[in-house]
Amino acid sequence: MRLVTVAGPPSSGKTSLIVRTLLALRDDGLRVGVVKFDCLSTQDAAVFERHDLPALVGISSGFCPDHYFISNIEDCAAWGERLGLDLLVTESAGLCNRCAPHIRGFLAVCVLDALSGVNTPRKVGPMLKTADLVVITKGDIVSQAEREVFAFRVRQVNPRARILFVNGITGQGAWEAARIWRSAPEDGVLQGGRLRFSVPTAVCSYCLGETRIGSDHQHGTVRKIPIPS
Amino acid sequence: MTAAHSPHPFDAARFAEFLRLHHLPARAEVRSLDDYWAALTWEEREDTGLEPETLAARYAEFLALDGQPDGERALLSLDVLRGRDKSGAPERYDLRFVPGDVVCLVGPTGAGKSRLLADIECLAQGDTPTGRQVLINGVPPGDAERFSGESGLVAQISQNMNFVIDLPVGEFLHMHAESRALTDPAPVVDQVLRAAVAMAGEPFDADTQVTQLSGGQSRALMIADAAFLSPKPVVLIDEIENAGVDRRAALDLFVRKGKIVLLSTHDPLLALSGSRRLVIRHGAVQDVITPGPEEQTMIAHLVEIDARLADLRARLRNGERISSFPA
Repeated sequence: MRLVTVAGPPSSGKTSLIVRTLLALRDDGLRVGVVKFDCLSTQDAAVFERHDLPALVGISSGFCPDHYFISNIEDCAAWGERLGLDLLVTESAGLCNRCAPHIRGFLAVCVLDALSGVNTPRKVGPMLKTADLVVITKGDIVSQAEREVFAFRVRQVNPRARILFVNGITGQGAWEAARIWRSAPEDGVLQGGRLRFSVPTAVCSYCLGETRIGSDHQHGTVRKIPIPS
Repeated sequence: MTAAHSPHPFDAARFAEFLRLHHLPARAEVRSLDDYWAALTWEEREDTGLEPETLAARYAEFLALDGQPDGERALLSLDVLRGRDKSGAPERYDLRFVPGDVVCLVGPTGAGKSRLLADIECLAQGDTPTGRQVLINGVPPGDAERFSGESGLVAQISQNMNFVIDLPVGEFLHMHAESRALTDPAPVVDQVLRAAVAMAGEPFDADTQVTQLSGGQSRALMIADAAFLSPKPVVLIDEIENAGVDRRAALDLFVRKGKIVLLSTHDPLLALSGSRRLVIRHGAVQDVITPGPEEQTMIAHLVEIDARLADLRARLRNGERISSFPA
């Protein structure tokens, strides 16, 4: 089974891209499915169901969404194997720009929205910098000049990646995305595999449910903002 | 990771730029990556999420990109070899486009205009739903050319595109020029501005915010920018009708710059201005029309009507009362 990790800011068009691309792959006779990771709630399960795409949904709720992803990815992959899928996609919101769900040896996709402005590629963190494929959505409503600047700035922070413009409404570009996903690496090792980018090591009292503010209540790993006196 | 293995001499200014783009802590006075890593505190290293190896790999990629912006592709000819329509029946035409060609695409919505463009955009090799094959300068492109970076050949301008960045026109054009790594952007920026103002019905200047431009002005700026600053050799103009832009001047601009222009339009004046018209139906090119003498005569007539309408628009803009249709 092939595993593809898709990440990107909220409302950048990840679900539309995934649906369009998976339908193109299914037309080619592949068995495909998706795992949706989110923090609070998601309506996307209904979208996947509407297209008869097998979908698993995980809500991290009170847990750090990035840690949640890493702790569950192996079981989700096993679920895909049990269904006999040829390709499984994981979708996760880029939640704090600090982390990325991309794993070494698996195809990593980052979705960015051209409407978010040409400075976005410089603000987004490892989910863009460690991606193999960068998909730019909503390019049909911004000027050609801004599309070119946007792509250039993506290349500045990630020279390796293939850049693709996809229109999530009409599906233009999804065929090309499907072509790249189809040749994603297969049967990489998850157990003992490595993330492309480490998640922060932080265990403080607030991680364990503390809500009171004040230095008396701060224990564990705490970082202070440098403020000139 | 040692500096000795690095193919480049260590350039502190380039390294500082790399650190800035990757949100890594700055360090003055470092002479190698090893130096830099050694100069970071434990917390800073932890924050980068990197290790010495991944940092070295990133920096090597950054250096490899240097001086290689998306270059202008020397395109002498573009062939689209026949594929099939939606029912699988073969197309009847192979198409060849050369710089300076203005070709119109006509056909109802859903006829397959977008698919033809997508085939050109991804340099189809018989592997898209239409089965068409695209040749660059007479030969099939290699995989590296098809699937690396942002390899598309087509710049698009359509009616529903907008500027979303809030910058003055001059700064905006400089930003685009910077992404092309032009050594001296000022003359080109000036050229774009002059061409755009000449095309637009109402003048504007380098200090006007792009978001404040009228429909006609922003269309004119997009056209001039695509002609002078975009590296793409093929330009698609999609359904740009009467937006207060001198459309024939716009076409001439692209022809002079040696672009291949594809016009998706049902505007009579534009549709008859092309050297050929591709009639697209049912997912395939059904017919190729070369304008004959009757159509040539018709153009002259349409130009006249167009001029009269433009005159009317100008008078309305000036607040005049219109009593008769100008002769």
